[in-house]
Amino acid sequence: MSIRHSLLALLQDQPRYGYQLRVEFENRTGATWPLNIGQVYTTLDRLERDALVAKEGDDGEGHVVYSITAAGTAEVRGWFAAPVERNNPPRNELAIKLALAVTLPGVDVQAIIQAQRVASIRALQDYTRARRDAAGTPRTGDTAWLLVLDSLIFQTEAEVRWLDLCEARMVQQAQAAGQAVTRPSSAGVPEDATPTADTRR
Amino acid sequence: MSVQGPQQVLELAKVSRTFGAGATAVAALREVDLSVAAGEFVAVMGPSGSGKSSLLALAGGLDKPTGGGVFVESTPLAGLGLNDLARLRRRAVGYVFQDFNLVPTLTAAENVSLPLELDGTPLKKARRQAADALRQVGIPELADRFLDQMSGGQQQRVAIARAIVGERRLILADEPTGALDSTTGHGVMEVLRARADAGAAVMLVTHEARHAAWADRVVFLRDGRIVDQASAMHDPTMLLTQAGF
Repeated sequence: MSIRHSLLALLQDQPRYGYQLRVEFENRTGATWPLNIGQVYTTLDRLERDALVAKEGDDGEGHVVYSITAAGTAEVRGWFAAPVERNNPPRNELAIKLALAVTLPGVDVQAIIQAQRVASIRALQDYTRARRDAAGTPRTGDTAWLLVLDSLIFQTEAEVRWLDLCEARMVQQAQAAGQAVTRPSSAGVPEDATPTADTRR
Repeated sequence: MSVQGPQQVLELAKVSRTFGAGATAVAALREVDLSVAAGEFVAVMGPSGSGKSSLLALAGGLDKPTGGGVFVESTPLAGLGLNDLARLRRRAVGYVFQDFNLVPTLTAAENVSLPLELDGTPLKKARRQAADALRQVGIPELADRFLDQMSGGQQQRVAIARAIVGERRLILADEPTGALDSTTGHGVMEVLRARADAGAAVMLVTHEARHAAWADRVVFLRDGRIVDQASAMHDPTMLLTQAGF
């Protein structure tokens, strides 16, 4: 999340002081991302350093009011116009973990996948419940909250589907490798074999 | 054999189901213990062949276990004769199937009231309850339509109305959103959730994570066994932080 651009966008609306920015941000995003007031002031300092905002002075009650500069306005316009960068995704620990697991002998990849699946479904249950609650009692700011929840629901669902695919692919590989794909007790349910890195080799 | 609390509507105790015998025997379920309480919504997930549909068929008395016992509202299904079993299914248990299983020559209202009429409910009362069930699933205006005058989503709602009519205490749904678009599928989940919130025990079999997520508890079946269960954490704010927002 870009606090920097979010604060700039709010200043484009009108000059504000730090605490006002925090309150305004939380109101408009349904308090989805609680902002630390320290973060707000640090960000304002950096925006001022970069000449994107300027101090307007005191509002008479001891608050330092900031306004956006022409360069800041251009920055906000550019932020809204540009799609969010995809070339620098957050490091996906799960993908890294699975990629390593399938190359290491003796690692039960299926157990890793199942543990993740349970965690993901649990998260999905929470998001779904929160969405149901929010849709049932609409309040100001809930549109943003619903958008965020929808996004999380889609992301988590995609993760579960990806896990299913990973599992199916490993089973296929195990079968193709001609390894034992049925445990003594699992006759007739061959897709439930437990593939590990060993069976993959 | 059964140690049930008063709240348990469905209990499967060490239930096994094996198809065939000898060397070709296939174990679909192996000593599964699973209970669903009144007001609880349980989803069952698992890969193809994991035993999901077998579990549901046993839960509703459509099939018999080869081991263990199935209890609906403390009644052991094994002890019921065919007539008593049929009566229990009509009165207490509602099913929703992927392919609807509606009667094409009947209207929506007639399809919904059919189980009540078969059970001896006076026609007027049965139709009134059918109208109420159709209202609960959001299609009261379609009562007099025939199936070929309805969309797939509307037909599935009729099927759900039939499953919940007469305040059934146990609702069993097997991939009920299979053929539906996502918005309609969402509507189906809303109805199942509402029934659970109103006190029914609901068991849903699905491979769709987003539908399973409507449940209070998600049970993972694999190789005929329950391998995991997941319940909501009730802390979405924490999850947002974890999700990197």
